[in-house]
Amino acid sequence: MSLLLALTTAAWAGKGATFWMPPQASTLAPDIDYVFYFIYWVNVAFFVVLIGATALFTIQYRQKALGERTHPTKGSHSLEFFWAVIPTILSVAMFVMGFKVYIDSSVPPADSMDVRVVGQKWSWTFEYPEAGIETTKLIVPAGRNVRLTMNSRDVLHSFFVPDFRIKKDVLPGRYTVLWFNAPEPGTHHVYCTEFCGDGHSVMANEVEVIEPEAFDAWVAGEQNKGPLTGAALGEDLFSKKACNSCHHIDGTKLIGPPLNGIYGKEELLEGGGTVLVDDNYIRESLFSPAAKIVAGYPPVMTPFQGQLTDEETTALIDYIKGLE
Amino acid sequence: MSTAAPTQEHAEHGGDTNYLNATKGVMAWLTTVDHKRIGVMYLVAILSFFLIGGLLALAVRTELYTPEGDIFSAGTYNRLFTLHGAVMVFLVLVPAIPASIGNFVMPLQIGAKDVAFPKLNLASYYIYLFGAVFMTYTLVAGGVDTGWTFYTPYSSGHSDGSVISAISGAFILGFSSILTGLNFLVTIHKMRAPGMTWRKMPLFVWAIYATSLIQVLATPVIAITLFLLIIERAVGIGIFDPALGGDPVLFQHFFWFYSHPVVYVMVLPAFGVISETITVHSRKHIFGYMAIAGSSVAIAGIGFLVWGHHLFMSGQSELSGAIFSFITFGVAIPTAIKVCSWIATLWKGSIRYNTTMFYTLGFIWIFVIGGLTGLFLSTLATDVHLHDTYFVVAHFHYVMMGGVLFALICAIHHWWHKITGVMFDEMMGKVTFVVVFIGYNLTFFPQFVAGSQGMPRRYHQYLEEFAIYMQLSTIGSYLFALGLFMMLGYLIRSIVKGQKAPQNPWGGVSLEFETATPPDEHNFHEQPVCRKGPYDFDEIDPSMA
Repeated sequence: MSLLLALTTAAWAGKGATFWMPPQASTLAPDIDYVFYFIYWVNVAFFVVLIGATALFTIQYRQKALGERTHPTKGSHSLEFFWAVIPTILSVAMFVMGFKVYIDSSVPPADSMDVRVVGQKWSWTFEYPEAGIETTKLIVPAGRNVRLTMNSRDVLHSFFVPDFRIKKDVLPGRYTVLWFNAPEPGTHHVYCTEFCGDGHSVMANEVEVIEPEAFDAWVAGEQNKGPLTGAALGEDLFSKKACNSCHHIDGTKLIGPPLNGIYGKEELLEGGGTVLVDDNYIRESLFSPAAKIVAGYPPVMTPFQGQLTDEETTALIDYIKGLE
Repeated sequence: MSTAAPTQEHAEHGGDTNYLNATKGVMAWLTTVDHKRIGVMYLVAILSFFLIGGLLALAVRTELYTPEGDIFSAGTYNRLFTLHGAVMVFLVLVPAIPASIGNFVMPLQIGAKDVAFPKLNLASYYIYLFGAVFMTYTLVAGGVDTGWTFYTPYSSGHSDGSVISAISGAFILGFSSILTGLNFLVTIHKMRAPGMTWRKMPLFVWAIYATSLIQVLATPVIAITLFLLIIERAVGIGIFDPALGGDPVLFQHFFWFYSHPVVYVMVLPAFGVISETITVHSRKHIFGYMAIAGSSVAIAGIGFLVWGHHLFMSGQSELSGAIFSFITFGVAIPTAIKVCSWIATLWKGSIRYNTTMFYTLGFIWIFVIGGLTGLFLSTLATDVHLHDTYFVVAHFHYVMMGGVLFALICAIHHWWHKITGVMFDEMMGKVTFVVVFIGYNLTFFPQFVAGSQGMPRRYHQYLEEFAIYMQLSTIGSYLFALGLFMMLGYLIRSIVKGQKAPQNPWGGVSLEFETATPPDEHNFHEQPVCRKGPYDFDEIDPSMA
């Protein structure tokens, strides 16, 4: 069964993909690619004519002797008119085609399912307001219109899914909207395309498109999860708050230091001195990360002041305490 | 190839005194008000910063040879590409042709003794150096990691780089640009030789004129924008950061209101250079003089109304997006007219196969690719997919960097004899062209594919599937750098042991070719009079019509 799923996913992954374009995995993608290839072939034609004429003239009229006579022309109004009008007509055609598809891509259908997207350095979280659940990976049903209402907790980000041909900046203090309809199950890359600091290139994610029945089952499963407590809650938060996008727990360096086996140890600080990693240091590092920076790391962590309750903070400390 | 006997010329102009040896010593250069010396000093400074910006680019390309971020940390990589962009845009591309070649050639072409305000011209140079000091300080003081666009709120509230020094540098450089533009506008209006009507001006002068208009009108906007950003970062007054009650998209509007027109500050002088080299080296009158001159001014004008095409994805309204997209296509038309006119100039000419002509043809190749790929980005639907990917990186390197650099190289070769009084090795020039041309295209063409396949720009690490494009690009960049170093080699060699240049090796008929080579301090011994057009070559044969 899973093998079958993998095979069909692989088959879909290539659908509509060309030398220039990634696979077409949304209902918008074929329309956008049509405009792309219209411009592309116009460009190829122009390139051949312009470079062809340049090459032809350069070869044919190569200087063979000094003082060779040349043609006295200073211009031609009819020719100049011709090469002003042709690009004008083609430009208007490109504008109109691009505008139509752009409007389609900008107006989410009224029956869309809502998902809220929150960007922060350097992770994405997704909230499903109707189902009342929150995840770190976008999971959507195939064949359904999905509207993403996005905002950022800190700096500018941009939500880009190449296979869907959608992209929009994600701003602090303002909502922006994207929509898509992915007809087939599959997994697609999500990138951040607005520079946002050290973790910009790893602020990656995936959209998983699954069958509607599987989606309903997944939602029900998420809803039925009992409330987590202690280290289990901490582990959940560790990925939900995207701690893991900067901190490994296997001893390797990422943007921030690894967090396993640090509890109860002394750490060297940037600018000299040491600190004992205890409950208070972890709490301080969550709320005012720049206060004591571990030597060798940049002071770039987002403060989580106001984003964690006391219970959640304690749960995270318990989780880190238990990492070996 | 000379059309005038050099010996006779020297007899007329009294021996070997010229602008290079008229006065001696470092101080004589540092306090000069001679536009030619100032042009040369600009050229040396700009090429030095081009070397720094280029080495930063090679570091970036080296990191990107593999998908993992294995050579530099993310923070270092971000500083490298930011400094590469900032150095290249503010210290190299903006002043590249106008301040160096424009300063040297434009007054000669209009038959003037100097620019209108020679001391102001020197002041512009020192303001440029002062701005460069700030940029260099940024380089050593921990760098800056915001991208050369300084987008808020990252730049104002989040970056730990030396943002204020970098912005101050750009702020100061703006004044240099404004003053140079002002100086050139007055010079072109007031100091043309008798007989040189607007319709008899060389097209390079037209291009410099249009460029200067943009410099004077657009640069104040970036100055005030950067100043506001400094205030927000230093004092915490909320202008752009939503956390302080500001609007980050406002910054983007302000920023691109300058930074889009400024790409025409870079590229219009390049158009001007090509109009000169393509005529002189094909011995033909330019095809459609007024169309080319007019399209420079049209591009300068329309260029002010298209800034919003950088903001299609920023959250600006769909209506704004549509209007900006439509106006942006308006730039395509004058540009198409120029390219077609250059190609038509080649028709039934007598085309020399020399280094200058090769770079002129290389420019056409690069600019056609750069210009046509711009159509994907002005079209709304396709820009959604391509915005902020490597496609955009490739596009603007083709138009800004390839276009400007090839034209600058063209200009350096075309007027090398005027500037230095010696000839470079043509054979080396042609061989080097092949290396530069292949290296350039290998560097940037694969980036189009990486981008349209979805690879975002400013990425320290990337997915395995993009590795092939990135590796080709890195190999290309080394080849490109090799070619540029070869060029540096043969140009320096020509100064040391090159043959003395004849007075007019190319047989040009515009006024800069009438004066001695190199020109003497005051350009012309007596006021030149413009009797014929800048492209009325002796070889043109009315009976062929």
